[in-house]
Amino acid sequence: MTSQVVLDSVDTSRRDFLKAGGALIVTFAISDKLAAATPAPSPVKTVAEDEVDGFIAIDAKGNVTVYSGKVDLGTGVRTALTQIAAEELSVPLDRVTVIQGDTLVTPDQGITWGSLTIQVGGMQIRQAAATGRNALLGEAATKLGVGKDALAVKDGVVAPKAGGKGVTYAELVGGKEFRLKLDAKAPLKDPADYTIVGKPLARLDIPDKVTGRFTYMQDFKLKGMIHARVIRPRAMKASLLAWNDFDCRKIPGYIGAIRKGSYLAVLGHSEWAAIKASQIVETTWSEWEGLPEKTRLWEYVRNSKVVKDEDLQKVGNTADVMKAPGMKQIAATYDFAIHTHGSIGPSCAVAEYKDGKLTCWTASQAPHLLRKQLVNMLSMHPDDVHCIYIEGSGCYGRNGHEDAAADAALLAKETGLPVRVQWMRADEHGWDPKGPPTLYDFHGALDDQGNVVGWESEAFLPDRPKEFAVTLLAAELAGLPRDEAHPGNIFQSLAIPYTIPNVRATAHWVAGTPFRPSWIRTPGRMQNTYANECFFDEICVAARVDPLEFRLKNLKDPRGAELLQRLGRLANWQPRKERTQQTGDVVRGRGLAYVKYELARTYVGAVADVEVDRRSGAVRVTKFYVAHDCGQIINPDGLKNQIEGNVVQTVSRTLIEDLQFDRSHVTSLDWKSYPILTFPEVPEVAIDLIDRPTEKPWGAGEPTAAVVPPAIANAIYDATGARVRSVPFTPEKVQAALKSV
Amino acid sequence: MKMGLNVNGKPVSVQVDDPDMPLLYALRNDLGLHGPRFGCGLGQCGSCTVHIDGKAMRSCSVPVSAAAGKKIVTLEGLGTSAKPHPLQRAFVEEQAVQCGYCINGMIMEAAAFLQTNRKPSEAQIREALAGNLCRCGTHLRIVRAVKRASDMMA
Repeated sequence: MTSQVVLDSVDTSRRDFLKAGGALIVTFAISDKLAAATPAPSPVKTVAEDEVDGFIAIDAKGNVTVYSGKVDLGTGVRTALTQIAAEELSVPLDRVTVIQGDTLVTPDQGITWGSLTIQVGGMQIRQAAATGRNALLGEAATKLGVGKDALAVKDGVVAPKAGGKGVTYAELVGGKEFRLKLDAKAPLKDPADYTIVGKPLARLDIPDKVTGRFTYMQDFKLKGMIHARVIRPRAMKASLLAWNDFDCRKIPGYIGAIRKGSYLAVLGHSEWAAIKASQIVETTWSEWEGLPEKTRLWEYVRNSKVVKDEDLQKVGNTADVMKAPGMKQIAATYDFAIHTHGSIGPSCAVAEYKDGKLTCWTASQAPHLLRKQLVNMLSMHPDDVHCIYIEGSGCYGRNGHEDAAADAALLAKETGLPVRVQWMRADEHGWDPKGPPTLYDFHGALDDQGNVVGWESEAFLPDRPKEFAVTLLAAELAGLPRDEAHPGNIFQSLAIPYTIPNVRATAHWVAGTPFRPSWIRTPGRMQNTYANECFFDEICVAARVDPLEFRLKNLKDPRGAELLQRLGRLANWQPRKERTQQTGDVVRGRGLAYVKYELARTYVGAVADVEVDRRSGAVRVTKFYVAHDCGQIINPDGLKNQIEGNVVQTVSRTLIEDLQFDRSHVTSLDWKSYPILTFPEVPEVAIDLIDRPTEKPWGAGEPTAAVVPPAIANAIYDATGARVRSVPFTPEKVQAALKSV
Repeated sequence: MKMGLNVNGKPVSVQVDDPDMPLLYALRNDLGLHGPRFGCGLGQCGSCTVHIDGKAMRSCSVPVSAAAGKKIVTLEGLGTSAKPHPLQRAFVEEQAVQCGYCINGMIMEAAAFLQTNRKPSEAQIREALAGNLCRCGTHLRIVRAVKRASDMMA
């Protein structure tokens, strides 16, 4: 715990005055003490995505600051981005500090989502570093009177390869701007020479996280800050008819309430005063029962108005082959429940409104987008809104962080005081946007030789607005300008990786979904892959072929084939043409699933081992085997941590999680009513990482999750002969499926 | 009213308006400690765990008045970066953190558990942590870290 502690203290240091590009930039860094005041604005540092100075600054001491629009959501990307920049610049790791998600100083690199932080954000930073390094080599060549090719960089010093006096980065550019456009052709370092990238370096944030020194969003304080709690409607779309805070006034430290439309918040000088007030404030709401009946959810989805049909994949002609005589037809319907993000720390934000300018400290995965949304909600000028990222509890997608930020922003503007809004557990479980319910119909046709000749899939997916934003709750309740809610790229991965002569994968885009939708880990790709890979397994059974062999037979992708072969070895897969009948109450099985993420990047294959108790229907996942190819690996241990996390979280989603609701509101408002997987139920995980140092690095935050539900479903079939086609695979559903065998 | 507490070996005093206020808020807001974390306020997740007279307790569900006169230890008091507790070292060595929001509870619960069972099996560690929730799915590393710490402490 030695060297990294130093580094960590850089990023969590007090108000850092960073010299960047010769201009004094004030970054309002996190403090465990009270931060003093709103940051001095008017920086001149560029945030342009096509400028080296957008991403990188080197100060007079040779310290490197990396400006990243992508943020670390607890996945370890701060460490990985530090590795990428240090490697490409050839400077020691501890000379590099990453500033994340500050809209004043970091480029807008898009939302931190979709497993794109390394693949896109990291590669922009790598290219900026390479461009800078190349320019510095040129400068050094002039200065030293040596040809550029005869120079090498080590630890931030450019020196002749043959030996002799060198020149430091600090001497070459320290405290000055590069003033260079990002050069897509700037030569990248040869991966064979890597000393930092590809190594399992310890994460920079962990020492502080295990000693209580780390400052999460929930820990951030401003001087004079007050506390707020938002009073949510009793029914999701109810209107606030009346309210009365008479009893609240007896609470020491109670300040008052803010009401705007159906938005109501209580304020306190202390957090406890705000909490107590929120418990006793009297409210009257209108009636609203617009949610579907939980027991008829799939009927509701199926009968939703289809706005548009879209073929996501079309090969040959499925219509003819499905009707052709002599074909073996199979059909199946799958569904996947509504899930909440379930962050362990409920969302939190702090905002301050001063002299017409708003500053918002947020754990949002999208500070730049949030800024635009706050500008829209509060009808402010973009220059007057500043969002600053501080890591919060893991969010796994768009949870409540942005809504808490909107709460804080609205209340800061209304009161003129610095406001901290901390959601309570019921706020997070009840009001974070949800992963929408998804329904599928599949049809397949096999010829008399057992070849799959036809594949049709139809997915019922909630339609999307143009912009990738999610409606801010505060804006909706207060009747302020707002965006429509986008469910994420949920159509991806419905197209299949297999070479079947006739394929049609169709999205039925339906109008609306019961809850405000958003993306939650592996949005759509998990549900789509689940349905695809379950149906593929059903086809294997119909064709009486081994599921691994049949995938290899229908795959014309050498990289995918190699992955599957390695998975087979890792799991010691024994080929089977049909399942083995077992006796006894507890039966065991294994299932396999594969994905090429979005048919464009990371390859993952998984085998699940399960035990099913035939008396109770309870499923226990005992072990997962994962083979993973995301190209060049930046940090193999960080990658394994992500893969393990994907498996465990998705086993939880697959076996247990199911949002509960009545006609008015979510009723699973705590961990008892929306349980997640606990320690005794967690499976072992064995991983085979396929490293390809000379390939592009692809993402790893999501793809593994895609193969987890189908591997489990297929293992349950192998164990029992019963198909469960509805996530979560609860004991009741498994028992029902067992009865139909 | 002023209330005297003993936190991490030091007597401290906090101004309390309501003796029923959970200890968590006194620790976090009045004493500025970041170890104990607000997760659910219902005693269901474990993020707020501290030791009270050596026992792991959910500070979101203990009134501050009930903790007066007792010895309270938080993650900060367990060890520091310079002088880490074996569990803190083991969590770093196993890289047993993702977002880390639950980790306070994991370490504090495990520290109290290792006092009662110095050589636990993996199954016993899993049982001991069954009431602590982690959403990132870091469980396997956490179990390995607790095992490693128990070996260090042996």
